[in-house]
Amino acid sequence: MNIFVCVKQVPDTETKITPTGDGSFIETASIKWIMNPYDEFAVEQALLVKQLNPAATVTVLRVGSVKDTEALRTAMAMGADDAALVEAADNLDSYSIAKALKGAIQKTGKSPDLILAGKQAIDDDALQVPQILAQMLNLPSVSVIVGFELSGSALKVRREVEGGALEVYELATPCVLACNKGLNTPRYASLPGIMKAKKKPMAQYSLADVGVSESDRRVKYSQFKLPPEKPPGKKFDATDAGKQRELVSQVVGLLRTEAKII
Amino acid sequence: MDFSLSPEQNEIRELALKFARNEMLPRAQEYDEAGTFPREIFQKAWELGLINTCIPSAFGGSDFSSVDSVIISEALAYGCMGMNTSFMANDLALLPIVIGGSEAQKKTFLTPFTKEFRIASFCLTEPGNGSDAGGIRTQIKDGGDHWLLTGEKMWITNAGYADLFVVYGTIDPTLKHKGISALVVDPKSPGVELGKKEDKMGHRSSDTRAVRFNSVRVPKENMLGNPGDGWGIAMSTLDHSRPLVASSALGGAQRALDLSVQYSKERTQFGVPIAKHQAIQFMIAEMGMKVEAARLLIYKAAWLCDQGIRNTEIASYAKAFASDSCMQITTDAVQIYGGYGYSKEYPVEKLMRDAKLIQIYEGTSQIQRLVMARELLK
Repeated sequence: MNIFVCVKQVPDTETKITPTGDGSFIETASIKWIMNPYDEFAVEQALLVKQLNPAATVTVLRVGSVKDTEALRTAMAMGADDAALVEAADNLDSYSIAKALKGAIQKTGKSPDLILAGKQAIDDDALQVPQILAQMLNLPSVSVIVGFELSGSALKVRREVEGGALEVYELATPCVLACNKGLNTPRYASLPGIMKAKKKPMAQYSLADVGVSESDRRVKYSQFKLPPEKPPGKKFDATDAGKQRELVSQVVGLLRTEAKII
Repeated sequence: MDFSLSPEQNEIRELALKFARNEMLPRAQEYDEAGTFPREIFQKAWELGLINTCIPSAFGGSDFSSVDSVIISEALAYGCMGMNTSFMANDLALLPIVIGGSEAQKKTFLTPFTKEFRIASFCLTEPGNGSDAGGIRTQIKDGGDHWLLTGEKMWITNAGYADLFVVYGTIDPTLKHKGISALVVDPKSPGVELGKKEDKMGHRSSDTRAVRFNSVRVPKENMLGNPGDGWGIAMSTLDHSRPLVASSALGGAQRALDLSVQYSKERTQFGVPIAKHQAIQFMIAEMGMKVEAARLLIYKAAWLCDQGIRNTEIASYAKAFASDSCMQITTDAVQIYGGYGYSKEYPVEKLMRDAKLIQIYEGTSQIQRLVMARELLK
């Protein structure tokens, strides 16, 4: 069984984001990169499947800059067998990333039985790559999954919908699944795992190697800038009991007209 | 000269910090309050390979360098200095075996710690002998085909949960240092009597007790080295463990610094965040300077250890500077938090209580200065 996990490397959640001077991207020099937290659920799910099917292999894939390979190393330290990196700029669009992932899967010569990814990356929050990849590979796909049961090639997954309700899907492998928090508890990469990961193979390709060119870009970023600073909150003095009624209608009015939340 | 950590050391650090943030930090306050021994957390850390860093690979360990082990210890102490005291006590107890044990002893005593989760205690201090460790009174008598151990030990970390003790005693008190010998003792042996759990100011999750040995029979093959080798083994153990203990103070100091930076940006007085006031800035600058200086001293002490160069002087600098700095930094953190800092609802008062012990155990700050002066003036 060939399992592929697509991971993205994103800035650590505590990073202070600064746009570059020309606004073309964000400053990356001092960023600490981590594996996209939703991708950890995908890696864990792949490893859980492998535990029950010892013959299964888990390959992690990533498209992005080569400067730091934290996400792939972490996945291999957790227990993935090997990895492939497609070297690309970190501001590639979803379509090009999906196409590069498809190309990287084909490069391995293995036909995928299961492709797992996080439901979204916490940096650009595009929520597109798993679905585009499924479309390109002509495979069924379910996103935001929180439950996973596999028997043979029959798969039952649960998906969270608004209001906390669950949808249950039955589908067959091969397929593409986008994982959500709650699916499992990702394991830590143990210290022996970190040591073993050093010896695991990591293939490296260029975008051209996997058949992606600049003309594949569907979305171009025009400018990165910080959101405007929030104006300070308003305070109301309600110590005078006689004026409280009037204050309440004033606050309700502002919530309606200014905050526009009611 | 290169100050950077290797990629593996960075990964080890990230793992240990992630563990500290996810598993230790959220429970530190509750465990402190109730004085709960962190057995499950300890075991989980062991499963990830973060415990017993001193065991060589020949006996199932991971061959971590001393630098690796201080990186791990700092990160775990960031989660909780108290829990880390229990974790480090394993290394402190196993180091004498690594340093002074025969191949057979290492195989017998170290290997089980890599196969299953086990806890160890280092038993040196006595009710009447702390800093003056050479004045040990616990007696080791030759009983023919066994040793007979009699005496009382004090402030023994992990004692109530230990699967192995390393106990220092003397074959003849008139020989002073030259009579001191080290025995590996099974805590389940008849005649071993545990005292009550001490109710401490800080490090409250760590188990600390007196242990009494009432004519305990110990197999002959459990002596590390020869009779009289104990002092050398104990001193060499402390050269190895001082950077480790110092890094525990460093982890706590780093946490106090991070909390102070965060809080001083949130707390507003006189219309601006208190971080805008120079009085606060100076305290924070002082914290940063001391944290960085302590880290450099600790790395150097550990690096010397890895090079096989005698590190007694630098290890004492590191231990005294890191623990004294941690006391100052955590005290200032309480000051920055003001009234909130004095409340148990906020995390800094615990750091201040925990910091105090590191100035005391494994050679007080004053003993470290005696060691430094002896090295400088010899």
